[in-house]
Amino acid sequence: MNGPRRARDLVRAYVRTGGLTRPSRDLDLSALVRSTTVAPPVEASGEERRVLALCSRQRALSVAEVAAHADLPPSAARIVIARLMDHGLLTTPTRAHITASPDLLKEVLDGLRALV
Amino acid sequence: MDSAPSSEREPVPPPSSEREGVAYLPSSVTRSTKLLVAGHFSVGKTTFVSSVSEVEPLRTEEAMTHASAGVDDVAGLPHKTRTTVALDFGRLTLNEELVLYLFGTPGQPRFLPLWHDLAKGALGALVLVDTRRLAQSDAILALLEEQGLPYAVAVNEFDGAHRHALDSVREALDLTADTPLTACDARDRASSLHTLITLVSFLFDRMEPTP
Repeated sequence: MNGPRRARDLVRAYVRTGGLTRPSRDLDLSALVRSTTVAPPVEASGEERRVLALCSRQRALSVAEVAAHADLPPSAARIVIARLMDHGLLTTPTRAHITASPDLLKEVLDGLRALV
Repeated sequence: MDSAPSSEREPVPPPSSEREGVAYLPSSVTRSTKLLVAGHFSVGKTTFVSSVSEVEPLRTEEAMTHASAGVDDVAGLPHKTRTTVALDFGRLTLNEELVLYLFGTPGQPRFLPLWHDLAKGALGALVLVDTRRLAQSDAILALLEEQGLPYAVAVNEFDGAHRHALDSVREALDLTADTPLTACDARDRASSLHTLITLVSFLFDRMEPTP
């Protein structure tokens, strides 16, 4: 079976590099994630399935929330999510690029004020 | 999961349903941003996040492997220690499209890669301080300055804490004149929201100063 072996590879790689294994793309903890209509392959690892089972096609979760709910350290979650994105199983609703701008800050300010 | 019918070609069911107990974002939300809530241990970061977050604060734990100073094993190699650093966080949906995440930072200025990662792309930080332990806040402020992350400071009013004049706190922390310094009750939603508004107003003014 490929599943358990894949999961062990992830753990081994993670431990061997002391947590410095880099995901294939830059994913902030606040980056949003959604699943796609692509079905997971048979070889999907335990962690990959856990993450996929958590994600919704309609409603996003952040990388941090996926990590918390899937009980994975953030660094491991990023690696898994990046790999699933590479294979088209997960997607991000918009570019994960966060830039501070006056417009964004104004939008945040307006949003906070509306809550008081 | 086991009860889902499976076809011959796809033994693994496609992820179409949402999990119970997970608070997903509204379907219209497509963008996110983040602020950090910093401060030393038990200053009230998680309390603060909890009082404003629209969901119960979540916790994710990062495992950090690092060398312990001064302890060698039999082979003369530095002893490695694994420490878990907990990150408590919450979120606030600000409008139809945008969600704001609030990440509590570690209580100490250790594990710089983790700090760097949290700070990267953050709009700014709110630093909670306790008037009884101002010295502990120094290292946190220094680290934020090193990361180049703009911040505002809020004195978390604990019951029984002296109501120090904010001026003396400003002096003790050596804050610049334009750094916002307010009092807040991290247990109170309105107070905490106002503190965030003060921070974000400051961030906005910095980027687009009024003539």
